[in-house]
Amino acid sequence: MLQISDLHATVGEKPILKGLTLTVPAGEVHAIMGPNGAGKSTLSYVLGGRPGYEVTGGSVTFNGQDLLELEPHERAAAGLFLGFQYPVEIPGVSNVQFLREALNAQRKMRGEEPLSGGDFLKLAKEKAALLRLDMEMLKRPVNVGFSGGEKKRAEMVQMGILDPAFAVLDETDSGLDIDALKVVGKGINAIMRAPGKGVLLITHYQRLLDYVKPDRVHVLADGRIVQSGGPELALRLESEGYDAVMAPEAANA
Amino acid sequence: MPEAGTLERPTTREEAWRYADGAWLAQAPVDYLQHWGTVEVPPGETKHFNAFTHSGPQASGGSVRRTRVHVGAGGRYEHFEILASGADYSRVELEVTLDQGAHFEFGGVIIGNRASRQEFVTRVIHRAPDATSNQVVRAVQAGQSTGNYLGRIEVARDSQKTDAGQNFRAILLNKGASANAKPELEIFADDVKCAHGAAIGQLDQAAAYYMAARGIPPEAARKLLVQAFIADALAAIDDRRIADRMLERTLEQLDGAGL
Repeated sequence: MLQISDLHATVGEKPILKGLTLTVPAGEVHAIMGPNGAGKSTLSYVLGGRPGYEVTGGSVTFNGQDLLELEPHERAAAGLFLGFQYPVEIPGVSNVQFLREALNAQRKMRGEEPLSGGDFLKLAKEKAALLRLDMEMLKRPVNVGFSGGEKKRAEMVQMGILDPAFAVLDETDSGLDIDALKVVGKGINAIMRAPGKGVLLITHYQRLLDYVKPDRVHVLADGRIVQSGGPELALRLESEGYDAVMAPEAANA
Repeated sequence: MPEAGTLERPTTREEAWRYADGAWLAQAPVDYLQHWGTVEVPPGETKHFNAFTHSGPQASGGSVRRTRVHVGAGGRYEHFEILASGADYSRVELEVTLDQGAHFEFGGVIIGNRASRQEFVTRVIHRAPDATSNQVVRAVQAGQSTGNYLGRIEVARDSQKTDAGQNFRAILLNKGASANAKPELEIFADDVKCAHGAAIGQLDQAAAYYMAARGIPPEAARKLLVQAFIADALAAIDDRRIADRMLERTLEQLDGAGL
């Protein structure tokens, strides 16, 4: 579903991704773990087409389409959702207005009819309830005055409403307490666990993976995937640390 | 009525006219430039003024509208105005004198494009205790346009418990667009609150990308962000239908200007 091949990218002239190759088939959840500065967030922004993140080599194919050719909003309409590590505050624009505008813009690009105000509110209520976010919060400006945990849950409500085919979630677990982690984990499963969908979970910790069980776990270090394995790899990383797990890899290289 | 010869022609050497269109001022009729309208708000009463000024794309020349407002004790004057004229120069000037416990509420929006030069100039005189004023001005400048806000607040001796606020923010959509802010405070009382703030910048790029990442195309994102930005200046309008209509018409102007 998502094929990343020999991807190179720079941020302000500095090479961050140095030949990253990764494939996520439909119906699977893959986790990417790795030390700070390995390029995890850069990968998510490159996939999302953020200005300032320049691709210098390689390719990304999403459902047979050249993803890198698309503008950021076209990527969203094609079914890609990027969960932000630091969700952005937008004063003066309510969540409801923002999401309705986003959903209908996506539907328009896909040649679908816009959703009516009533239908949209019904959908928003349903997804807010799934993530246990007070519907009143969705009437407030986007992320303004939200706590770290509320921002992350609001992101998952957005994902529920937009119903993407593929989600790249960048440290969605950071800033969440144990209870919120459980709610968010269940939300991700409910929204994204489906035969035609895929998820790339970027995380530092094993704890989210207790709730969202990954099919594959990859270790990203210095801009490349240096190791891949099953869910047990995340557990090993958690108990032994990156250095220990990556050491044999470095010795072989 | 004084003779035309006794009236002085304003020039850009004067502080209150420093950002004006000097060439246009030099040839405009002096009695027009020095004409003042008046508004009297009796004690305890409220008067509203809502205006939306715009002109077609072929507009040229200039316009100056100066108004003296006197607000009696405990009265309110609420003035909301959108300047979206494509003319070379537009100036709206308000001189507001507040008696005890009176309030002045001002919301101004400038939508500039091409080479237009538009400005709000206010002088608020708190001449008695307990009067309050609140001014919010937002400017969206495209093309080579200029938007100005000159806000002077005077607090007379013994005008204790004065609470005066003014806030100006401008966003420049193109290279070549500009904005000027000139806050001025003259305070002769010691128990007063006067707050002013000014910021000139660009549209929030992080917010624009966040919107794109959710599927909102750049033009629509820009429109939403501009709408949120100017809505600040209309937030104090009690009648939301009026506020919504003013906002709607402003956005139409933005569309028309291809912003």
